[in-house]
Amino acid sequence: MVNDPRLPEPLSWDTFQQGLWKENPVFVMLLGLCPVLAVTNNAMNALAMGLATTFVLICSGVLVSLLRKVIPKQVRIASYIIIIATFVTIVDYAIQAISLDLYKALGAFIQLIVVNCIILGRAEAYASKNTIVNASVNALGMGVGFTFALLCLGGVREVFGSGSLFGFSLFAPSFQPWSIFVLPPGGFFVLAFWLFLFSVIKERRKAAAQLKQEAGNAS
Amino acid sequence: MSGQETSKQPARPRSSSLIIALTAISMTSGLLVVLAFQLTLPRINLNKQRALERAVFTVLPESTVRKNYYLDTDGLTLLPDDSFAQANVYAGYNDQGTFTGMAIEGSARGYQDIVKVLYGYSFENQSIVGMTVLQSSETPGLGDKVETDPEFLANFIQLDARLNDASSALANPIVTVKRGKKIHPWQIDGISGATVTSKAIGAALRDSAGQMLPLLVKYESSLERTIPISKGHE
Repeated sequence: MVNDPRLPEPLSWDTFQQGLWKENPVFVMLLGLCPVLAVTNNAMNALAMGLATTFVLICSGVLVSLLRKVIPKQVRIASYIIIIATFVTIVDYAIQAISLDLYKALGAFIQLIVVNCIILGRAEAYASKNTIVNASVNALGMGVGFTFALLCLGGVREVFGSGSLFGFSLFAPSFQPWSIFVLPPGGFFVLAFWLFLFSVIKERRKAAAQLKQEAGNAS
Repeated sequence: MSGQETSKQPARPRSSSLIIALTAISMTSGLLVVLAFQLTLPRINLNKQRALERAVFTVLPESTVRKNYYLDTDGLTLLPDDSFAQANVYAGYNDQGTFTGMAIEGSARGYQDIVKVLYGYSFENQSIVGMTVLQSSETPGLGDKVETDPEFLANFIQLDARLNDASSALANPIVTVKRGKKIHPWQIDGISGATVTSKAIGAALRDSAGQMLPLLVKYESSLERTIPISKGHE
């Protein structure tokens, strides 16, 4: 059964899970790759960036959903951008208040959450058509999916590039870190590796489902 | 709502309603931003002050108290304790309230962007006694070694910064040399693999010390040599 995308969809486990796996913003939709490549040189930065984006996703999702009947269609994109920019600014101040070192490490990419297409995409494609609860659950799913993807990259890059994870040393001091992993090329390599892994798993699952179906039809 | 007349084009809303909607959203967002700014401002300032203090105490190892000063060609002025943002030099004092040295900022062009450093200058032995990087966006794993490499940082435990007889410039300009080639106390042993950045730090120290130290000596009289230390002073 195909759902009419114009109608609000009922709240289900899928609302949350969509962003985690089936529509993972990074590994499936390949969105928001700029911060994915730029701030994943260690796991801590990746986690902070993921959480900041999740916060903006949820807050803007809630507000857009709340105002979906008030905002005129003609100015909706402008309104969404204002709403998103507001929460990005709040996150920007909050991170400065939490830790200046973290703020320095993330650099301009905090402000650039404004133009992250995942967030505007969610506002336009989902939050503006669904109830607050659905919008926030969906945004949470997407945020967790994005954070998960960032951690996948950040973890691998930190382990190989600096020999540590979340700042804790993993190897003996004689370990010679592969600096290439914390440099930009390393980001591309690790991303390519994860994308490969994800598509292999997806293909396997698809093949298995097909096989099952054929077996079911035959019997 | 708008789904009643799907066959026809929905009526264009009047522009006044669009303006009202946008204005209302912008005002709400402005309010939220101001609120967030007000709530986080004290914390952000505290963080900045702490970061600076940490840097000052790193480059002046014996000090525990800091005073803000502003130094330019007109003289040396003492600033209130909370106006650290306007200061460009910081005096360090030890537990007894005796002057230990001066922390001064310097900057030079690195590989990626400007590298900003803070260094401690001791009047007693006329040398730089510590250096820390305040701001840099150098390549991780290569250029950013200047912040962590212990051998490189050892250059700044006692780096000669004597002034000439007229106190108008450095007697020997500070310079970065290749690793292992250091023979004079005013030379910095560079890092191989971070050549540009270590040279930038040398240049930052040379330029800043060459400009600031003569001024500092000239206006030394306005510097408080001892400060009262009250019990429980932060």
